[in-house]
Amino acid sequence: MAEDLVIESPHSLVEHQFEDRFQQKEAATLGMWTFLATEVLFFGGLFVSYTIYRHQYPEAFRQGTLDMKWYLGAINTAVLLLSSFFMALAVRAAAVGSNPKIIRYLVLTIVVGSLFLCIKVTEYYIDYRERLVPALNFSEARPREDELGGFTRTFDKFDEWFDSHVSPPIGKAAVRPRNEQLFMLFYFIMTGVHATHMIIGIAVMLVLIWMAHRRRFSAEWHNPVECFGLYWHFVDIVWVFLFPALYLLRNP
Amino acid sequence: MAPTDHDHVVPVWIYVAVLIALLVLLVLTLVTAFFDLDARFHSAHLNMGVAVFIAMCKAFLIILFFMHVKYSSRVVWAFAGAAFVWLGILMTLTLTDYITRPQAPTVAVSPYVPAPAEAPGPR
Repeated sequence: MAEDLVIESPHSLVEHQFEDRFQQKEAATLGMWTFLATEVLFFGGLFVSYTIYRHQYPEAFRQGTLDMKWYLGAINTAVLLLSSFFMALAVRAAAVGSNPKIIRYLVLTIVVGSLFLCIKVTEYYIDYRERLVPALNFSEARPREDELGGFTRTFDKFDEWFDSHVSPPIGKAAVRPRNEQLFMLFYFIMTGVHATHMIIGIAVMLVLIWMAHRRRFSAEWHNPVECFGLYWHFVDIVWVFLFPALYLLRNP
Repeated sequence: MAPTDHDHVVPVWIYVAVLIALLVLLVLTLVTAFFDLDARFHSAHLNMGVAVFIAMCKAFLIILFFMHVKYSSRVVWAFAGAAFVWLGILMTLTLTDYITRPQAPTVAVSPYVPAPAEAPGPR
């Protein structure tokens, strides 16, 4: 059995600088958290500047928030939480040493993560049709109904229904303030950087699936799955804060 | 806690419970967002405070259970905590400056100040 392990997965042994596999795993986890600390500060810088500018131009940012499709953001939050759940199950499958289960749950994570990206792209398309993209087509006047296209108009129809029957937005401006562009810039940069992290994550998961297919992981050695799980959950946490910041602060 | 000498395998129902709790918090943050709490309770930034608080609860659940920090050694606790302590310093010190300024320079040096109209005349 021990010889099988060596032949099948030469990396499964403890590297020579470690006492045992638990110390090795501890070192890997610590290294990952150190990387995540730099990521916290990277996104933290964006959040701090967002907060400062929101404090500076509260009404422009609020009008921007009112232009967001909050229900798409909410669906995406649920979708991403679900993908995190599958990721947790993949890490658990790794801890009990089941390569087929690792593959199953990583595939589920990728499928649900891709659904998130599809909804995100749909939102970007709607923003484009609504003339909300700074430096490309932002316009203070809202586009006329016939300029929107049938797809975007469907969402606007739902907005109108929700606004008149459930919760009217307080003081939505007829003409957008010019500095709403600042909000839209933050929106595109923050969600764009977040989506980039997800695309990188999906690429790494494909590699992990390949490794699991080669039966490289075992109950004794599965550090890559464990560390990648930390990364994926971190990306989830970033969205948990992006969602209220960009979609939900609707009241003056 | 010393570095663990065994892999902690968490029962699946804990992950299911955390997922359900996260989804409940999501619904809660949605519902509160559509009530004007500031007007109702004569407060400032209550809507924002509630939204941020719920987001922090979600983050704690993810960090403790999905990221296994609850079952990790003290060193991992320290490293994970340090990240958020630095973020707290970054936020607090920056915001104490900006929020207490009567007028921030970005307002004063706006490039969009229109030039005064010149009187038409022969040149």
